[in-house]
Amino acid sequence: MVVLIFGFFTFNAQVNMENRGIEFGYGFLSQESSFDVQFSLIEYDGSHSYARAYLVGLLNTLLVAFIGIIFATIIGIIVGIARLSPNYLIERSAAFYVEFFRNIPLLLQIFFWYFAALRALPLPQDAEAIFGVFFLTIKGLFVPRFVWENLDIFFYSLIAATISIVVIRNYARKLQESEGKQLPVFSISIGLLIILPLLAFLIGGVSLSFEMPVLEQIATTSFKYNGGLGLPPELIALTLALALYTATFIAECVRAGIQGISKGQKEAAASIGLTPNQILKLVIMPQALRIIIPPTTNQYLNLTKNSSLAAAIAYPDLVLVFAGTALMQTGRAIEIVSITMLTYLSISLAISVLMNWYNKSIAIKEK
Amino acid sequence: MNKINFLKPDNQNLSTYLYSGSFLFFIAVLDVFLSSFFEMNITSFLPNFVSFLLPLILGIIGLHLIRIEFSGIKNLDLLNKHINTNTFNAILTLLIIFTIIKSIPPIMSWFFIDANIAGDTKEACTGSGACWTYIKIWLNRFIYGMYPNEFQWRINISFILLIALAFVGLIPSEKIKKFLTLYYVVVYPIIAFILIYYLISGGSLGLEWVETGAWGGLSLTFIVSFFCLIFCFPVGMFLALGRRSQLPTVRYISVGFIEFWRGVPLITVLFMSSVMFPMFLPEDFFMDKLVRVIIAISLFEAAYVAEVIRGGLQALPRGQYDAAKSLGMGYWKMHIFVILPQALKLVIPGIANTFLALVKDTPLIFVVGLLEIVGMLNLAKTNPEWLGFAMEGYVFAAIIFWIICYAMSKYSYNLELKYKTER
Repeated sequence: MVVLIFGFFTFNAQVNMENRGIEFGYGFLSQESSFDVQFSLIEYDGSHSYARAYLVGLLNTLLVAFIGIIFATIIGIIVGIARLSPNYLIERSAAFYVEFFRNIPLLLQIFFWYFAALRALPLPQDAEAIFGVFFLTIKGLFVPRFVWENLDIFFYSLIAATISIVVIRNYARKLQESEGKQLPVFSISIGLLIILPLLAFLIGGVSLSFEMPVLEQIATTSFKYNGGLGLPPELIALTLALALYTATFIAECVRAGIQGISKGQKEAAASIGLTPNQILKLVIMPQALRIIIPPTTNQYLNLTKNSSLAAAIAYPDLVLVFAGTALMQTGRAIEIVSITMLTYLSISLAISVLMNWYNKSIAIKEK
Repeated sequence: MNKINFLKPDNQNLSTYLYSGSFLFFIAVLDVFLSSFFEMNITSFLPNFVSFLLPLILGIIGLHLIRIEFSGIKNLDLLNKHINTNTFNAILTLLIIFTIIKSIPPIMSWFFIDANIAGDTKEACTGSGACWTYIKIWLNRFIYGMYPNEFQWRINISFILLIALAFVGLIPSEKIKKFLTLYYVVVYPIIAFILIYYLISGGSLGLEWVETGAWGGLSLTFIVSFFCLIFCFPVGMFLALGRRSQLPTVRYISVGFIEFWRGVPLITVLFMSSVMFPMFLPEDFFMDKLVRVIIAISLFEAAYVAEVIRGGLQALPRGQYDAAKSLGMGYWKMHIFVILPQALKLVIPGIANTFLALVKDTPLIFVVGLLEIVGMLNLAKTNPEWLGFAMEGYVFAAIIFWIICYAMSKYSYNLELKYKTER
């Protein structure tokens, strides 16, 4: 029965494609794309191939998902903890935030930020610098760009610091288990993280300078910024909306996780003389994380999938560049839509595999 | 007379602390209030920076002075316990109070005081606040989309009938009660379909045909959400049962189906339904855009519903299955009468969340060119006669969606309480 249905569909697809003069195949990927993308992380113009356009879209999607996840996590944790605050006003404000942002469709929020809020920003020539370095204008956010020399040595110093921190942590744990002595691991780690890169600056020949965005007049009434790093308003609106929307769900996960720990745990920890900080770090958080992580993973997945709404405000993500422009130009609906869906499917599976692995590593180890 | 130590307020000189603390706090709030509502700065003689920070400092000192444990005054103790536990909390409390005071005047003036609703052209909007005239003029379009004005009574009648019929369950008659589930699951959707097909779509019974491309606005939001809700639930239920089936083929197909839909964004599903799906159909076979969209969203949400229901099925103890089997019930009988009623009760919050997500996803149908309320807003926004009112439109739609979604979540919460059984 299933085979029959599939046969029927394939037959129809063949007939349809013959009628339209298209052949099934992925050869078009290497053809010249001849369209331009306004924001891309890698070098790209019309002379590059469709495969390159796909890569541009994919990178843009990953970029927005990555920034969104970071901000959503930070806001979510803060709001989630605020929801449990003994301070009535804080608790109510956090609850208001959650109820407000999660009951409005994400698409509407994206439109609001992009078409209403960000459009109220000043023109490039009227923009005032925030802290003297950021320029928030209607054309986007312009920040100074880091200009590195001998960047690799800086990276090596960071890697060296990380490795030594891991070694010291293991040593400290052994020391504590065998002799009961405690090392100030945290301050040592911070010290290493600062000293080693500092050494790299001093002796390694690493240097860092900033390239400031400079306002330039291109016509009598038209200005633009040169140099620096420009973030397009589409990216800002999308990240803002995604982070604020997803943070409400993460906040609820965090709240549920901390509430799920029974009061006895806290009291028991206090009764053996742990300080409030130690209670949170050693007793509450490790247990709460087990409850928090699985639903939060789901929210990360949702954020990544929701980033496809970018197409609505013309942020050049995978859907807009590939399933939009490329599809229009080639007309290869089956190939392009299936590639797009498979890409999202693999991103989702990758994130969930990664999080499952992490979840397993912190799960209760039954003996 | 005891020594007064202002660093450590205690119970002895209670009234001194209380009065001086309240006075400082009052001054702090008054300062912010006056500067916010009347644009007066009573501390303008101070340097700018100090004048800006003064209310916060005064407030902190004031709250510090009234932070007295076991004062014996009930309200003061409550206040201290809830908003004034320590200095950090006091600062946060003050910041929140100041933010609220500061944000009331601009919000009020934008929404009401400086807003306009009179007139019917853009020129009527002279104030600096919102231009509700825009919403007033376009309201018809926001609700009915491009549906011809003279036929809008058809939408009204169908919706009124549907709402009225939804309340049949409230009739307190034992005779009807038995058939209620059947009514809501089978009869009601059929009535809804008939109403929408014959009344809204038209084309027969002497009613003029209105193509689905002209449907739009809030009514389309309701139509799409309604049908998707109705279709996704049974499909999701079967998928959940399939995923727990003993038959490997059924199980693998269900797992694959669920994981596939859950792994892709809805927007690509809609793309698929609009550009890829027609390629797989015979050439002369025509399926309406709206129908394709409803099928696509239903299948998409069904995967989520399936996972929620599976959670409920897994949460039931094995004994329920064994008991049902020992009574000689078959697979379907067991599930319909024993397992599903209990499992569904458990997952009401999860299902409500999925339904909420569905309603919030409906604006995405702009991808295939159907314009529900958000789509209509974007269309109206680009009308040359009404440029520059994006904010009003989005605020309007946000309020509507917020009311719908908040009502749904409150309703599901009540439902949860109603069906909560002690275990």
